[in-house]
Amino acid sequence: MKEEHSERAGGTESTRRSFLNNLWIGLGLVALAEIVAVAFAFFRANRSRARQVDPEAIVTAGDVDKFVPNSVTAFVRGRFYLARLKDGGFLALSRKCTHLGCTVPWVEKELKFVCPCHASAFDITGNVIGSPAPRPLDIYPVSIENRIVKVDTSKVIKRSEFRAEQITQP
Amino acid sequence: MMPSQHEIPERLNLLQRIWYSIFPDAHKAQKERRDYLRLLNTLVLHFRPKVVQERTLRFNLTWGLGGMALVLVCLLFATGMMLKFAYQPVPDRAYESVVQLQDDVLFGQLVRNIHHWSANILLIVVFLHFLRVFFTGAFHSPRQFNWIIGLTMFLAILGSNFTGYLLPWDQLAFWAVTICTGMMEYIPGVGEGLQQLILGGRDIGPSTLSNFFAIHTAVIPACLIVLMPFHFWRVRKAGGLVVPRPPAENPSTKGEMVATIPNLILRELAVAAVLIALIMLVSIVFDASLGVKANPGLSPNPTKAPWYFAGMQELLLHIHPLFAVVVIPLTIVGALIFLPYFRYEANTGGVWFVSYRGRQMAVVAAVTATVATSLGIIVDEFLIDFVAWIPAIPPVVSNGLLPAAIALAAVVGFYVLIKRIYNATNNEAIQAAFVLLLCSFLVLTIIGIWFRGKGMALVLPWQFGISG
Repeated sequence: MKEEHSERAGGTESTRRSFLNNLWIGLGLVALAEIVAVAFAFFRANRSRARQVDPEAIVTAGDVDKFVPNSVTAFVRGRFYLARLKDGGFLALSRKCTHLGCTVPWVEKELKFVCPCHASAFDITGNVIGSPAPRPLDIYPVSIENRIVKVDTSKVIKRSEFRAEQITQP
Repeated sequence: MMPSQHEIPERLNLLQRIWYSIFPDAHKAQKERRDYLRLLNTLVLHFRPKVVQERTLRFNLTWGLGGMALVLVCLLFATGMMLKFAYQPVPDRAYESVVQLQDDVLFGQLVRNIHHWSANILLIVVFLHFLRVFFTGAFHSPRQFNWIIGLTMFLAILGSNFTGYLLPWDQLAFWAVTICTGMMEYIPGVGEGLQQLILGGRDIGPSTLSNFFAIHTAVIPACLIVLMPFHFWRVRKAGGLVVPRPPAENPSTKGEMVATIPNLILRELAVAAVLIALIMLVSIVFDASLGVKANPGLSPNPTKAPWYFAGMQELLLHIHPLFAVVVIPLTIVGALIFLPYFRYEANTGGVWFVSYRGRQMAVVAAVTATVATSLGIIVDEFLIDFVAWIPAIPPVVSNGLLPAAIALAAVVGFYVLIKRIYNATNNEAIQAAFVLLLCSFLVLTIIGIWFRGKGMALVLPWQFGISG
């Protein structure tokens, strides 16, 4: 009898208490979610600020005739190479090695890019001719208007192999 | 015989008599000094037990490594705070502010050197501490969770070293961080996002520097400030350090207890003093390096990762990046986390190398790993080319999964073999496997640091000057 009474009293009390407890836990979770969302938004904003459209993203490389076929011109500020292939087509190659991100210099004598870090090598189209790089050099879109070559450095295009449609013909 | 308040004590030498004639109250001060000392002692006893096991005082139990790590962290905090006043974390000013600190600030170079050497030595000290804890079996119950706290702090210190590496903004820093963050790209799915989050963009730039600066000077110190006391508190909860004992002795044998003050405290102070003197000496003689300012257009040849990642970089030269920087490191860290929770046949806490036989097996494992890894690297450099031999399957399998599976099979095979040959307990066999991996890692690191020259070709260390 006594036991039942105390159980009932305990029961009703614990229902109210457990309701309040659950409420606290629920509020805590909501607060946690808010904090996580704020942190997430904070770091994303940080990222997009860095990514914000750079007015210099579109680089005007110059007149088509300035570039000799089968040659590579470096654009230091745009961080890319403009390659003019034998057939006269253009390809804007990222200078970042696809292995670990070192800057690959163009070796004029051997007509290839050789990475100083781990000896990866790429030909004039950016194709891998020496490991350990896993894929060809990234490219940027090239557009030619009124025989002026322009490169949009804000859009990186990753590719698994060199294909003819990647070339922009004048 | 106690002198009364206003009486000058008798039986003093000449100098003391002169001293007391000038300062008649000096003997009162002496009493006060005793009071302060008592206060200091009780303060120390808030952090330390009153008595400790006499046997845990032996230097060849701990080698003072945990204490050294604490001293170095304190040195790093102190010098780091000073450097923070001089350093400007923006690409246009970072390098210049370091140069200015070295050239124009009195003791600026010294403070930077102390920070630099303390950081590098700390990494070695915590690694040795980790080995000491493993080889004395101090990860068994009740110290299992403290092993994990320790591992977490080890990773935090690694992160601190790495983020600090970029801050001088010289060529060495810039390119080492470039290739290390380049490794992240190979993490499947999240790699690229993670890389961009950390770099704050696609390339290393102003956002990267401010991110690294924030992690280096706020996030990791905050973690350490929380984790270090937790680590120490767990040591006390476990009843102090693991008590060293010969393999045959019953672990429940109670040793003699001695007072912490002065027995432990004096030893700790001695270790700290010697260490600080050593750091000062090194910092006076050797300057922290500062090359030419970072140039994003020119990768130096060779470009190497910081020395503590040299093992991983060496692995990268041999196997596919997915395995070299993701699968294998994660497997090893995972195994280390679960290490204290395996089911062991015995709790060998306090016994160096599990047993005498365990010691033999560890030597066998060390020799095997050293020879096999060195040979493996040389053979792979000149002979093996899985990608060319089996062109039908993608490189991630032929150059990643295949060698990784061979390595795993070798470790498992070694474990089974040594267990059978020596009729070993699993404590001994797991230790042998640990030594096998440890020595392979050390060989990879040593080759990565000293045997890689221009274009990452295999060279002898003394040929460096000629080729590079």
